[in-house]
Amino acid sequence: MEVFLQQLINGITLGSIYGLIAIGYTMVFGIIGMVNFAHGDVFMVSAFIAVITFLLLTTWLGIGSIAVVLMICLVSAMVLTSIWNWAIERIAYRPLRGSFRLAPLISAIGMSIFLSNFVQVAQGPRNKPVTPMLRDVITLVKSDTYDVTISYKQIMIWAVTAVLLFGFWYLVQKTSLGRAQRACEQDRKMASLLGIDVDRTISLTFVMGAALAAVAGVMYMVYYGVVSFSDGFTPGVKAFTAAVLGGIGSLPGAVIGGLLIGLIEVFWSAYFTIDYKDVAAFSILVIVLIFMPQGILGKPEVEKV
Amino acid sequence: MTEPLLTVRGVKTYYGNIIALKGVDLDVHEGEIVTMIGANGAGKSTLMMTIFGAPQAREGRIVYAGTDITRMPTHMIARMRIAQSPEGRRIFPRMTVLENLQMGAAIDEFAHFDEDLNQVFSLFPRLSERAHQRGGTLSGGEQQMLAIARALMSRPKMLLLDEPSLGLAPLVVKQIFDAIRELNRSQGMTVFLVEQNAFHALKLAHRGYVMVNGLITMSGTGKELLASEEVRAAYLEGGAH
Repeated sequence: MEVFLQQLINGITLGSIYGLIAIGYTMVFGIIGMVNFAHGDVFMVSAFIAVITFLLLTTWLGIGSIAVVLMICLVSAMVLTSIWNWAIERIAYRPLRGSFRLAPLISAIGMSIFLSNFVQVAQGPRNKPVTPMLRDVITLVKSDTYDVTISYKQIMIWAVTAVLLFGFWYLVQKTSLGRAQRACEQDRKMASLLGIDVDRTISLTFVMGAALAAVAGVMYMVYYGVVSFSDGFTPGVKAFTAAVLGGIGSLPGAVIGGLLIGLIEVFWSAYFTIDYKDVAAFSILVIVLIFMPQGILGKPEVEKV
Repeated sequence: MTEPLLTVRGVKTYYGNIIALKGVDLDVHEGEIVTMIGANGAGKSTLMMTIFGAPQAREGRIVYAGTDITRMPTHMIARMRIAQSPEGRRIFPRMTVLENLQMGAAIDEFAHFDEDLNQVFSLFPRLSERAHQRGGTLSGGEQQMLAIARALMSRPKMLLLDEPSLGLAPLVVKQIFDAIRELNRSQGMTVFLVEQNAFHALKLAHRGYVMVNGLITMSGTGKELLASEEVRAAYLEGGAH
């Protein structure tokens, strides 16, 4: 029981990170029907931006307050990653709009390879560690053999994820910007007939997806304390799996899918063997694609003709 | 006569290599109701979309309110206060009725949203009952009302309606045509209407055009076209009810 509780806490933490990345996949798919394979690498770039900012602030400027440092890391990663993703869309995807369906997909794979190689060359192939932070734990359940704990960084990851998801939900559901975004998702041509600049809205979608991936990137740095140029691929594909599992195109689905993938991975590692945790996660992708291709929350409503 | 609000001259539109409009000329003056009738596939809806630059005309010129809009992006054309209720209605299915109407007011920055909302709700009381229902769950007639109401939310000078009577019960058609007449009379709104329901459309309109295979073959006042033998034979016989 204690082990189960502990893994539940760990799984939700990992799942939050996957969920944040999955939103970027699902939003881009929703609006232009394209799987943005470079999104995982955008996440990796954001983690590097966070590490660089973190090192600049702590070693060069000597700022001691971890809260201030993380706040600045978060903001700078969100802003810079958004600019990156905005530029990627302009350079690699927009010129191919109206081309055949596979063209932007191939371009995205190229962009993914470019990003990981660029970071490898620019930052070096070795892992970049940061000093461990927020390591204190709160003991929730005490027993003779096993203490269930939650660390400060896990609490922080939960809190930041919850707050930003709420803010994001508010933006999409309640503001005119979000309404225009949803309109483009449902009928791009009609949105333009109503005076909505569709290209601008698509750019905005990439910016929003990148900002959330950057939040995930900062959380990843805090949680694992180390990033590498190759860190985009596996979390990226897992987040994509999460988006498919939740029902691609559905925002709440992406979050639910992320949490499920996180939990499956963590429980598998705890109860079976850690070597096969990725196999477990990706088997889900295969099973979902075969038996439930619409996902958990995909296309729920009945539409009259 | 003053400069027409909308001028279409020699417009040719292609889908790939297939020609859909073979050189269309027409004028719509301010305050008029103009209709265009024609069979399926004649190019009526293509003309409506070509006016909005989606697809753009390959040849010819479209001038609206003194501005050449032939090569303008679609969303910029929409911002010139010309609104369309398009073929197939194109309601946003996963948005509520209210959100659909808010989308219609998007270019207006919501300056007089409540006032306009009251106006369309009094025009179509059905919609106020359904305000918080998703667009995709409305009946065909309600969706048509919503499509027109959405177009009205931007306070257009000119309203383009593509087959507003398609698939609707006669009573609903009458309701919608009454609403169009009322908008024209009370606010002087210019209306360009594409219809297969030739009898009602020609009775409503000041002037009309007949389109056959991407070309305008006849034009005249609504009364003249209603009286014309050719129009009667092709579009009215057996359908005048």
